[in-house]
Amino acid sequence: MAQQTPPLVTVEALSHRYGGSEGPPILDEVALTVHEREVVALLGRSGSGKSTLLRSIAGLVTPDTGTLRFTPGADGRARSVAMVFQSFALMPWLTVLQNVELGLEAKKVPAAERRRRALAAIDLIGLDGFENAFPRELSGGMRQRVGLARALVVEPSLLLMDEPFSALDVLTAETLRSDLIEWWGDGRLGIAAVLIVTHNIEEAVLMSDRVLVLSSNPGRIVAEFRVDLPQPRDRLDPAFRDLVERIYARMTQRVAPAAEEAHAPPPALGRPLQPVSVTALAGLIEEVEAAPFEGRAPLADLGDTLQLEVDELFPIVETLQQLGFVALAEGEVALTAAGAAFAQEDVDQRKAMFRAALLAHVPLAGAIRAALDSRAGHQAPARLFREELEEGLSPDFADDTLRAVTEWGRYAELFAYDEAGDLFTLDDPG
Amino acid sequence: MIHLPLGRPTTPPGTRRVALGWPDVALFALLAGAGAAVAAGAHDAVEPLRRLQLEPITLDPRALPYYALLTTLRLFAALAASLLFSVVVATAAAKSRRAELVIVPALDILQSVPVLGFLTFTVTAFMGLFPGSRLGVECAAIFAIFTSQAWNIALSLYQSLRQVPDDLAEVARGFGLSPLRRLLRVELPFAAPGLVWNAMLSMSGGWFFVVASEAISVGRTQVMLPGIGSWLGLAIERRDLSAVALAVAVMAAVILLYDQLVFRPAIAWADRFRVEQTASVAPPRSWLFELLRRARLLPALVAPWRALAGAVLLLDPAPRAVAPCRAFGEGDATERRAARSRRAWQVAVALAAMGAALLAARYLAARLSLGDALLVVRLALYTLVRVAVLIAAASLVWVPVGVWIGLRPRWTARAQPVAQFLAAFPANVLFPVAVVLIVHWHADPDIWLTPLIGLGTQWYILFNVIAGASAVPSDLREAARLFGLRGWAWWRRLILPAIFPYYVTGALTASGGSWNASIVAEAVSWGDTRLTAAGLGSYIAEATAAGDEARVLLGILVMSALVIAINRALFRPLYRLAERRLRLS
Repeated sequence: MAQQTPPLVTVEALSHRYGGSEGPPILDEVALTVHEREVVALLGRSGSGKSTLLRSIAGLVTPDTGTLRFTPGADGRARSVAMVFQSFALMPWLTVLQNVELGLEAKKVPAAERRRRALAAIDLIGLDGFENAFPRELSGGMRQRVGLARALVVEPSLLLMDEPFSALDVLTAETLRSDLIEWWGDGRLGIAAVLIVTHNIEEAVLMSDRVLVLSSNPGRIVAEFRVDLPQPRDRLDPAFRDLVERIYARMTQRVAPAAEEAHAPPPALGRPLQPVSVTALAGLIEEVEAAPFEGRAPLADLGDTLQLEVDELFPIVETLQQLGFVALAEGEVALTAAGAAFAQEDVDQRKAMFRAALLAHVPLAGAIRAALDSRAGHQAPARLFREELEEGLSPDFADDTLRAVTEWGRYAELFAYDEAGDLFTLDDPG
Repeated sequence: MIHLPLGRPTTPPGTRRVALGWPDVALFALLAGAGAAVAAGAHDAVEPLRRLQLEPITLDPRALPYYALLTTLRLFAALAASLLFSVVVATAAAKSRRAELVIVPALDILQSVPVLGFLTFTVTAFMGLFPGSRLGVECAAIFAIFTSQAWNIALSLYQSLRQVPDDLAEVARGFGLSPLRRLLRVELPFAAPGLVWNAMLSMSGGWFFVVASEAISVGRTQVMLPGIGSWLGLAIERRDLSAVALAVAVMAAVILLYDQLVFRPAIAWADRFRVEQTASVAPPRSWLFELLRRARLLPALVAPWRALAGAVLLLDPAPRAVAPCRAFGEGDATERRAARSRRAWQVAVALAAMGAALLAARYLAARLSLGDALLVVRLALYTLVRVAVLIAAASLVWVPVGVWIGLRPRWTARAQPVAQFLAAFPANVLFPVAVVLIVHWHADPDIWLTPLIGLGTQWYILFNVIAGASAVPSDLREAARLFGLRGWAWWRRLILPAIFPYYVTGALTASGGSWNASIVAEAVSWGDTRLTAAGLGSYIAEATAAGDEARVLLGILVMSALVIAINRALFRPLYRLAERRLRLS
């Protein structure tokens, strides 16, 4: 159905780099269109630039290159946007009513009309009785309702939602989600389209008509899934499960190698690493090894069992894959021989296996160790490696990479790290 | 309470009771009293200077309440000026990178400049501005207090403005709030708790300077403004111990009064601006704030202000509509141009700074010799030793005491206001006692004047340590008890690391304050007995008394440089260490 409706906003060839035109890329030639009367979900991991994309559309970020076109509606009125934030972003010093009125106040709507419209929005969103409460008196769910009312009251054509439910507990998020779907279905929200950013695959499939998958580092749209299931959707519906698993599979698929090399750090240091704790790595191996999975687990089921969001699960799985402990195919994770052996061993053996895996698969760890072995005094400033990493990665990614290799190297007793001096060393205190 | 914008919205106007209750009567009385006091004080401030000579300061107890009123008004005038200055300057620095480049380092340096050294220059300037009128001297006194507060308040406001949470700033931008509206709706409210707290501490610091600045003698000019400071000056000159005691008592009463009438309500009010999204465990309370909240008169009193704000905001432009089509990528040229002009500005600022430095150097070189410079450096080392010894001694005494108090919540509640009162109390009032003692015991003033430097500043260490100790999480204390951690191990492994960040803050404040205090503490008199300790403080004090501007300037420059060097070389690394390793969160 979405295909027939006129476009609302069109993004073309949008690129943005970290820290101006010289830095590592965040968004790379992104193109997307949101049409009237559709809910589009932007699905991506942290660091995929999905928030940057959303903020570019909101006018909060000025991207380096690209175009952004709002097509006027049938009534000829200019389009407008409003945003709902992950952190709610309510002014703590304003009451619920004042928070909701904020956008109208900025537009210089007369006080009486402002009051009327704000009360109507509060009424719609189910906040009656809380008008005079301050945000800190409210639960997270109620706060996000205020955030929603504040966005709706300015009557935007496009509602932008930045992970609106990820700061809420599971139950509250579910309630608010189904409320929103219901209001949207009834046409009561008075908006033409919704663009929602999320890293929760089920949430994307539950709510949207189209799911756009953004790859990470740099962010670009790598897949589009149309969701034609009727609302309200049932998570247990086989068609629903099937779609979720297909998206899982797509999201764990490697980006085409050519694209990856363009912005990777120098080959000596290898791929960027994700700071995953060794405990989490071992825990996942044990989970996959045990019943009911017995060595093979579909990612969607694993996520459900462990109550892990994509953002938490993927880094663990990918790190294990990188280290050669698991293999990933078609959204399913399977223990390799090394992984199965790791699950059986005691601490010292595990450390030895982990050390071997690091040296074999993480060039950065090997490079640090080699530097320490070759230097007199067996010390090397971490700064050297950080600087080298930052040539190809944003400072955040470089920092993550260094933190990851530090924890892993310490666990594997490959090297030690002295925080005060920011030094890698070979000393092992005890 | 000025900020209850839009009143109580959902109560339809008809249901609000119009009858006034006793809170309204009390509020009215308070306002009328305050208004009358301000009017009385302000009226006299503009009279000609000659009348001061005709009606000199007396030690008549009946005049003391009036003196106290004038001093208090000066303090509040300075505070108001500081707040206004801070809002203008800090906003400019936070919004414009060019302004920032000049303002932030300037504030940082001004913060370290010994305020009392300013007096020489400012009195002359202000008297020239209002020739023959008392207003000039009043302004100079107020300015002296202002200089002790404004930099600090402005710098902390600037930091608050820079720390406005990203999401709140994005909401403001997303809705297209104008800069003015953003300031009133987002930035100032966010900064409010820090601003109120800082204003309260600054007010404490202000007493120290009001005592020193009311009785001003610079070279040939000698003026005594009616006020507690002058009363004290006169009492010291006449060796009237009971008059000193009386002034101390009145001062204590005034501090208590404005704490209850101004700062407690302000803190209770500012609590709503905290950004943490949880209700505070023990929200600050104030009887006056409760009273004001219950007064039905209040909305009417606040209404004109709100209308004024509304009128100002009406002039504000409406937000621009989103451009329907935007193409990006032409940013490079504009970016380059902006970078070029930024560099040009930096060069201009650097040149101006170098020019000023050259000018100062030439001025000094024309009047002073190398010997002067060497003397000042030697004296500075003496004072440095004094300050260091005092901070160490104060730490040895107050860290254990502070920890003892901080770990006992009931004592903390009682001791905290006392420590704050002691910090507010102008220690220079007690200096004469030291003179009497030193003369009586024939002690060496070089050594025994030293404690005076830390008399007023040691409390910063105490109340910061109390705050730190009371913030030690109880699970850590329980764990320490279970593992039988005691004695030195308990201190070294639990308490000292836990209070360290707080202690650094306290020690930094105490050190800065001590340098400033040395100007009054190294040269003390009681009647015509005058004791001096060799040091940079007494050097500046004597140069000021002699009206020797070149020497004052040299002394101030050296002291400022030293304070800045100590902050950079010692306290900043300690802060970083505390930030990185010892934060409990």
